[in-house]
Amino acid sequence: MFGTGLLKGLGVTLKHFTDTFTDDRRKEPSRYEGSIKLDDGRRIIDQPITQEGLLTIQYPEERRLLPERFRYIPMLLWDTEIGEDRCTACGICAKVCPPQCIWIVRDSDENGKPITRPAEFYIDVAVCMSCSFCAEFCPFDAIKMNHDYELAVYDRYPQLVYDKEELTVPLEYYAALWPTQFAEEQAHRAKEKEEELRRNEEKKRAAAAKAQAKAAGVAEAGDGAAKPKRSKEELDALKAQAAAKAAAKKEGGADAGAVETGNAEAPVAEDAEAAAKRARLEELKRKAAEKAAQRKKEGGA
Amino acid sequence: MSEATMVAAPPVADPSLPYNDTVAGAVVGTWADDTDQALFVAPDKLLALLTHLRDAEQYDLLSSVTCVDYSAYKGKARAGISERFDVVYHLYSTKKGGGPVRLHVRVPDGDTVPSATGVYPGANLQEREVYDLFGITFEGHPNLRRVLTWEGFNGHPLRKDWQEAYFDEETKPFKNRHPAGSYQWHEDKLPWGDNNTYPAGWDPDSWEAPVSYVPVSQAPHRGFGELDTQSIVINLGPHHPSTHGVFRMLTRMEGETILALEPEMGYLHRNHEKIGERNTWLMNMPFTDRLDYINSMSNNLGYALAVEKLLDIEVPERAQYIRVIMAELTRIINHTWSIGFILNDLGALQTPALYAIEEREMILDLFEEVSGARLMCNYMRFGGVVRDLTPGWEERAKYLVHDRLPRALDQLDELLSGNEIVKARGRGVGYLSAQDLIALSVTGPMIRAAGVPYDIRKAEPYCIYDRFDFDIPTLAESDIYARYYIRLLEARESVKILQQALRDLPPGQINAYASATLSQGFGTIMGGKGGYTFRPVEGEAYARVEAPKGELGYYIVSDNKTNAYRYHVRSPSYINLNALGPMSVGYKIADAVVILGAIDIVLGEVDR
Amino acid sequence: MESTMVTDFKDIKQEQMQEFLHDSIQVPDDLQSNVMVTTLDKVYNWSRKSSMWPLLFGLACCAIEMIATAASRYDLARFGMEVMRPSPRQSDLMIVSGTVTKKMAPAIVRIYNQMAEPRYVLAMGACATGGGPFKEGYSVVSGIDKYIPVDVYVPGCPPTPEALIYGLLKLHEKVERQSITTVPWYRKGANEAIPVPVLGPDIFDPRKVQIIKEQTLGAAAAAKGPAVSKARLQPQPMAEDAKARIRAAQAKYRAQKQPA
Ligand code: SF4
Ligand code: SF4
Ligand code: SF4
Repeated sequence: MFGTGLLKGLGVTLKHFTDTFTDDRRKEPSRYEGSIKLDDGRRIIDQPITQEGLLTIQYPEERRLLPERFRYIPMLLWDTEIGEDRCTACGICAKVCPPQCIWIVRDSDENGKPITRPAEFYIDVAVCMSCSFCAEFCPFDAIKMNHDYELAVYDRYPQLVYDKEELTVPLEYYAALWPTQFAEEQAHRAKEKEEELRRNEEKKRAAAAKAQAKAAGVAEAGDGAAKPKRSKEELDALKAQAAAKAAAKKEGGADAGAVETGNAEAPVAEDAEAAAKRARLEELKRKAAEKAAQRKKEGGA
Repeated sequence: MSEATMVAAPPVADPSLPYNDTVAGAVVGTWADDTDQALFVAPDKLLALLTHLRDAEQYDLLSSVTCVDYSAYKGKARAGISERFDVVYHLYSTKKGGGPVRLHVRVPDGDTVPSATGVYPGANLQEREVYDLFGITFEGHPNLRRVLTWEGFNGHPLRKDWQEAYFDEETKPFKNRHPAGSYQWHEDKLPWGDNNTYPAGWDPDSWEAPVSYVPVSQAPHRGFGELDTQSIVINLGPHHPSTHGVFRMLTRMEGETILALEPEMGYLHRNHEKIGERNTWLMNMPFTDRLDYINSMSNNLGYALAVEKLLDIEVPERAQYIRVIMAELTRIINHTWSIGFILNDLGALQTPALYAIEEREMILDLFEEVSGARLMCNYMRFGGVVRDLTPGWEERAKYLVHDRLPRALDQLDELLSGNEIVKARGRGVGYLSAQDLIALSVTGPMIRAAGVPYDIRKAEPYCIYDRFDFDIPTLAESDIYARYYIRLLEARESVKILQQALRDLPPGQINAYASATLSQGFGTIMGGKGGYTFRPVEGEAYARVEAPKGELGYYIVSDNKTNAYRYHVRSPSYINLNALGPMSVGYKIADAVVILGAIDIVLGEVDR
Repeated sequence: MESTMVTDFKDIKQEQMQEFLHDSIQVPDDLQSNVMVTTLDKVYNWSRKSSMWPLLFGLACCAIEMIATAASRYDLARFGMEVMRPSPRQSDLMIVSGTVTKKMAPAIVRIYNQMAEPRYVLAMGACATGGGPFKEGYSVVSGIDKYIPVDVYVPGCPPTPEALIYGLLKLHEKVERQSITTVPWYRKGANEAIPVPVLGPDIFDPRKVQIIKEQTLGAAAAAKGPAVSKARLQPQPMAEDAKARIRAAQAKYRAQKQPA
């Protein structure tokens, strides 16, 4: 009979409708089952594959639990264990990056001899294709993929060219985001750690003997990026640059995502800069701890 | 292979070469014997040979036409050959299946090549593309206009000596990124801050765009009974709700009936091939994600297969299974998605599409879990896949393919297949015979909906498809309804394959080489060479997979360097558009929208 | 005098319109914090941000994520944005989702010009923001901000639906900060159309013709161009036979059009 197919189809939609409707009328709709409730009324939802009917995730109040391998924009790791950037400026990531959006300036000591530390490290986020090759091929586990996607900004330049500071996160943050991989890496590292540390010590001592200037840099490393020793002119120029950049950022209105928040204040003096950085690291740590707690909760549930 | 056969072709016809007994003097030599062997064809004998292959040897499908500019070739094999370009043809047989006949026609710069459109109408768009990007003129082509760039564009970008405004270096990695910091932001390079380049002496004020002549104006004028009516040209797109992206259709209409329809594309031409020839082999992998952005997994697979052919790598068992699982999951995504949007075009605004997207999200969750991204998976590598499945993934996937997806497909079936409106709009609309479709080089669900059981997974099995028990569903009608329904049937077959693959999935290694993901030093990556710099042997390869939209082929030429010398994508979406015009003629404008929808194109793949 | 009367009347009308549109609400600085205005602002902005209709405008891969954002899982309808229609006239927000190619850029600018103020542009994804992975390509515009003003940039390739929604929330914030007294679109000349780029040998922005001329025709070009044309192949003018073909086609077309 004409129209039966139509009615059958409408039956499907009706069923969909009633199912979702009754589900939504329940005190706790099924989509909230197994979700993690945060104190401020927000939720983290780990949507099971069996989820039917209403599966809306009401971002920003509710968020989806991201899988560990989620990748968005890379981040550089600050090894809190040894108080140093993990990156050695070897340049592999810049070489494998398909759109070539990483550029690195290798640091050098006052004699112009290159040292294994990046002086500058940029990623043009408006080019990065989130392919994660950099993270895959970095031999030092220094660059990993961040999960932070809240990066929208009002101005493209310079906000979307991330510099080293914006990219750097403490190791705990990474450990919280990528627990499994982190554990694997730690196990792998543990084997060589002793030796590596020893080698590091030696290197440091040798460096200290050679040039006291560098030793100062290492000592300072505890509360910020290991600042290379620079001439006064250079330093001034850099400061001016930083100030200009910060000002430009300010003009752009509110700043980028949560990770970048700490940077908005103009770091005019170096102290202020360091303080801002410290504040930012604290913030990141806090976030990391929160994330870790979430994961624990989820593991317990 | 002897050095002699690779170096220079003998000047006179050699009877020992194939086909010379029937078309005398057609084949003048062979090429790339180490890899995928090809035949050199004399330009003047090309059409005779093609006709012979089509009529006597059953090679009825002209799969791919492309071109290589050998002017910067650094390999040894090209010594002694002065012609700059090779036009490359790949012919397949839908009747006997199996491998291709590969033909090369060598042409010096400025020479013409006879157009194959007379023998295979499907060469139309591909020859236009070669004309556009390489500047080779095809004699006898009915409509040789630029297709991906615009009329008036300066030069032919895929020639090796053509450089764009943001040109850095010939090949990646660019040296200015590390360690010196001499990098200059692209925007700062040129005074106008954009990636445009203009010829010296060109005056923008006096510029007049050349008039591009589109053949719809030539459509036959048909009277309308007693009345003498005037036909009009209507333009749809490039920004139009029914064009599935930035695509343009020029239609000549009489009343509501289409007299002629001409697709216009290039609005999403992203220089995939130019960039691909600058990239290292590995770098192309994430770029393939962005071709058919609904099916990144099958794009990855095709490219991995092509490079593996040159590298001669054995893929471990587990990786083979994972690859098949991923490819079939994408097929389900694609087919449900396209069903949703065909229905959208029919006027069932959004409900079927929303249902389809719901299921898609679940599959995307699985993708995201293993690869880290929903859309741009970048999951396959040469010799395997990048990461192993996560714990619990298999269980979830099993639930999906045993329970959820069959249910969802049944639901879609129930929702739509019996629907009288769908039937009324779909039955008998957009008809084109199987023969015509194949002549137009159409592949994929479209020809299966016309009754041709041609599926590369069966005709020339790749990966491990020969191990699974599945059918190739066909329908005879070749109309929109059949094209809709065939996708449903194919999705069901995919579910069948998935069930078997998940059942048999063995444990073991996932990559031919030790893991490249964890820091284990360079030594272990890609057999000790560093995964990002390996050099495949000199030669060429063409690998194709049955992508959800049809035959997706990758044609690559290597000159034993770390970068692809030539990288061409034979994209099903693009070539299937050959049929859009012929299919739409005689139907109403509202049907053209659905006819386009039922071809199922993705613009990223059309324009590349 | 009849004519002056008419023109006067026109002027008066125009003035009235002006007043009606913004002068009447033009508050002196000391009254800026006036309760009336701030409340009005609140209402004004609230209503604008709660029904910000996007223009359905998918360009590339990012469009798929935009569709996913509009679909059931993320559900843009929660923000009053489910009305995605392809008509620019009624849209408030253009989500440029995907790679902008040179061939497409004129169309985008034209559509932007057709949108009525207040209008916003959100560049979704690396491509629309700055060319993305295809930035180096010859036919890709490195960021839609080369041609039209962009309000919010959402980086990512592709941005996940959450990232897009975050960008939209950012836009809401921006809208909230605007005041009816200072917004530009009730002023004269605010609705000026942006010149549509032209597809020449390469795309060119009419606003930049002077710079281009300096390079192509100026002394620099005569002296073999410094930065611009050194490394680049000197492009040839259009081939004679192509021209001839086009001319023949035109003639044919004209002949057809004119009944003998
Ligand atoms: S991030 Fe890793 S690969 Fe990149 S320069 Fe630093 S150490 Fe080398
Ligand atoms: S994720 Fe890919 S594109 Fe982005 S910086 Fe890393 S290598 Fe480059
Ligand atoms: S940003 Fe990435 S996903 Fe978006 S259009 Fe560009 S390539 Fe595609």
